[in-house]
Amino acid sequence: MKVKVLCRNPDDYVRETTRDIQRVPRNYDRTLHPFEVPREYTRALNATKMERLFAKPFVASLGGHRDGVSCLAKHAKSLSTVLSGACDGEVKVWNLSRRECLRTIPAHEGFVRAICSRFCGTSFFTVGDDKTVKQWRMEAPGYRVREEPLNTILGKAVYTGIDHHQSEGTFATCGQTVDIWDEQRTSPIRSFSWGVDSFSCVRYNPVETELLASCASDRSIVLYDMRESTPLKKVIMKLRSNTLCWNPMEAYNFTCSNEDYNLYTYDMRYLETPVTVHMDHVSAVLDVDYSPTGKEFVSASFDRTIRIFPKDKGHSREVYHTKRMQHVICVRWSADNKYVLSGSDEMNIRVWKANASEKLGVLTSREKAAVQYNQKLKAKFKNHPKVRRIAHHPTRSTPKPGSVPIVTEKEKHVVTVVE
Amino acid sequence: LLYIVFYGVSRLILRSYLKPPKRYWEVNAGEENGEAENTDVSPNQDNISKEQPDKIRDERRQKKKRSHGSFISGKKDPFPGEAPIPNEQLKKFQRGEKFQVVIAFRLGKVKETILRSEAASDLALKQAARYDLLLPEESGFLEGDDDEDTCTILQEDIADAVDITSGAKYFNLHLTQFGPYRLDYSRTGRHLLLGGKRGHVSCIEWQTKNLTCEINVMETIHDVKWLHSEAMFAVAQKQWLYIYDSKGIELHCIKKFNNVLRMQFLPYHFLLATASATGFLQYLDVSVGKEVSAIGTKLGRLDVMAQNPHNAIVHLGHPNGTVSLWSPNQREPLVKMLCHRGGVRSLTVDRSGTYMVTSGLDRKLKVYDIRAFKALHSYFLPAGASCLSLSQRGLLSAATGDVVQVYRDVWGGGSMSKPYMAHRVRGAVWGVDYCPFEDVLGIGHEAGFTSMIVPGAGEPNFDALDMNPYRSTKQRQEWEVKALLDKVQPELIGLDPGLLSKVDQATFEQKHKERVEALGYDPLATEKFKPRLKKRGRSSAGAVERRKKKVAHEDQKDTIRKTVEERMERENERKVKAQEQAEHGTRTALDRFKK
Repeated sequence: MKVKVLCRNPDDYVRETTRDIQRVPRNYDRTLHPFEVPREYTRALNATKMERLFAKPFVASLGGHRDGVSCLAKHAKSLSTVLSGACDGEVKVWNLSRRECLRTIPAHEGFVRAICSRFCGTSFFTVGDDKTVKQWRMEAPGYRVREEPLNTILGKAVYTGIDHHQSEGTFATCGQTVDIWDEQRTSPIRSFSWGVDSFSCVRYNPVETELLASCASDRSIVLYDMRESTPLKKVIMKLRSNTLCWNPMEAYNFTCSNEDYNLYTYDMRYLETPVTVHMDHVSAVLDVDYSPTGKEFVSASFDRTIRIFPKDKGHSREVYHTKRMQHVICVRWSADNKYVLSGSDEMNIRVWKANASEKLGVLTSREKAAVQYNQKLKAKFKNHPKVRRIAHHPTRSTPKPGSVPIVTEKEKHVVTVVE
Repeated sequence: LLYIVFYGVSRLILRSYLKPPKRYWEVNAGEENGEAENTDVSPNQDNISKEQPDKIRDERRQKKKRSHGSFISGKKDPFPGEAPIPNEQLKKFQRGEKFQVVIAFRLGKVKETILRSEAASDLALKQAARYDLLLPEESGFLEGDDDEDTCTILQEDIADAVDITSGAKYFNLHLTQFGPYRLDYSRTGRHLLLGGKRGHVSCIEWQTKNLTCEINVMETIHDVKWLHSEAMFAVAQKQWLYIYDSKGIELHCIKKFNNVLRMQFLPYHFLLATASATGFLQYLDVSVGKEVSAIGTKLGRLDVMAQNPHNAIVHLGHPNGTVSLWSPNQREPLVKMLCHRGGVRSLTVDRSGTYMVTSGLDRKLKVYDIRAFKALHSYFLPAGASCLSLSQRGLLSAATGDVVQVYRDVWGGGSMSKPYMAHRVRGAVWGVDYCPFEDVLGIGHEAGFTSMIVPGAGEPNFDALDMNPYRSTKQRQEWEVKALLDKVQPELIGLDPGLLSKVDQATFEQKHKERVEALGYDPLATEKFKPRLKKRGRSSAGAVERRKKKVAHEDQKDTIRKTVEERMERENERKVKAQEQAEHGTRTALDRFKK
């Protein structure tokens, strides 16, 4: 007879020394792993619960300003440097990793309306209520040397916003008109106006670097091309927009924060209807900034909260607030996609985690794999009734089909497009 | 073809422009070089790429495809591309069916997501199928000589023929004092629990013959079962249910579970299901220590019990020949099947949850397909079978009196006249159980315990993340924590364990109906085709009607094509089946009367 009995050599299954890792032979046969779906579902539930358990987004608070923080700016090259301007004219340069203020500059008399840093990272520009544009050096002056601006430009009216070009030495300011300046000149090379008496914000497109957009006081958003002499087109909405931000990954999308408690994402090419309406705030939205991935953005509102929205969803995925934080005036998403900075009325800048339950620091490869697995599980079971609640809203009377014109939520907010 | 010719020609022109003009003796050499030109284009590529980027990109892509088969030496790979995987191997790991992407083009994002997830599933399937080749162990086998029947081979002969370690797997424990023994192997196959009817309980590590604990509970024992690991076990004693530690220390006496006759442990739910003499089926969550459900079955004394390892459903056999299927979420049985003409004596389900084997007082052994609830085969055993057990690889052991017979290929449908192996023990058999990852069958009988070698019974390759017989203490602790975190709630026990992953069509339809009522119209209905009005006399009434008809015709063509395809598929299947039947089935004269 021929016979073979299953006999395993323990040397193949047990580790040789205690300094080795354990041996883990695998067999992916389905009959050895029953209940795949219920076990995955249980793991997804656990992952969701743990995400809520570890959601501690507040990292630090930077204090030192003596009046409300009115504007924030990121350093173009350094992740740990942040610039902030206050309502008493002071500009502070902070180091985020040490959470301390590197230097304080008495920049303007009156509000500091906007700051922007130059693309090379060696200087930055500020505009203030004293009708000046000032350019400052990024590095601290030597011992016992007074802080002096590199350049000062006097204007005729108050400037309310500034933004610098991605690669050339030009910047744009807005106040009564939108002006394009060359760094070497003291008068603007071009001025755009379209019958509006004031603009609140101007932004360069980070991808199509010749395009600009600005928010005007006649409830409109105006688009410009730097190479032309007249503005391109504008879209007029029901209420005024406070700020806008271009999507760093998609050249033609921008999001504006509006007074009617919503944010609107527009496609520059089709301004008739917004691509998405983001509704969740309960008071005017004051600032918006995109994440460097272009997939999400953060908004700051008068209702003392900041909210993080996915770029294509109508509702926020996360809301951050504290009892200590009053009206949030400005917000920025850090360039390494990890942190959100908010500057508020009560003179503090707060640093929050962009993903509230993320573990900071260096993760081992096993931790990373576990995090990715949990994310995939949550995405797989996100539509399950326990996770998602559905609300029904029945109407009182049903009109005859076709008698009432159906106006979608998006179309309601745009009055007209003018070219 | 024109395109390929065009850019080939343009490439030659450009190359000739960049190189010095050919001399008369270089004509032949140039022709030879032309054959191997698919490998040497790199220095010219950069110059060309600036002028015609698209064409060069396509060429590079084609070159990459070609480089599968061709090398610098010019030789060609005789087996280009990936190694093919046999279909049965792929089917073994396939879950569900491929999704037919027929949705409208405008839903581009959804289509993309579906295609991407299908590609990921494909990759996972192929990798799992390929990994199967690398499994270290192979299953055992027993083949007799030409004139020898495997069922006549004695255990002592087998033990002599194999190596010492395997030979030591055949042993007898003479325990005549304390009555017929029931047994249970732990899930890793390392530990054996013996319970004698007169109160003797012992845990042994049977491979090393180490005695972990040995106690006498001084009462009648009906059944013994390991809990989730070798740390705790449950004993169904005369009145109540007791839980002991692996050292023999009594941990709990659960008075709510009284007159328990049989127990089954559901490992992934941490539930101990008990069947009592008063007709109650009770579930105990051993991780939390709570009774999950107590069902009064009203079907009399519950003596025959088995679990379906695939979906954690408990099967109970009754003296009127019926088998009922229970889940803790329902007070009525999920399914009731009439299996035998007399009472059901024993019952077992295979680990993939496809087949159920039952034996009854009518001396029949029946095989059922438990997914479709159909009877597959019925065999006649001259003396019936009092205990049944299925191994991991599908070997069935049936015990009658003091003889244990092992049958192979029970669901193949062949004749069961000759068993694969047989063994006579010293007393009436009271319990049989296969050891999980070994070729061993444990038999508990009146005179003690016998361990029998059954080559080909155990699964050769275990998965260390699930059950690892070679785990250390630290690994066991880690596994226990992970298993507790992954514990499935009893609400999810049902006939189909994968129900959560299926689309809930019924709820969707109900909600859609409610929405249509609320809105007054159907938001999902496709709009009728409204042709655009064209200028220059192209939108006369006749032309518009013709355009509408064209669209309607196209829709009709699509539906007709689909039905025709389905019909062709069914025809093909039928033909293949008929062919197979013609090849395998023996034709008799009575075949023409059969359908």
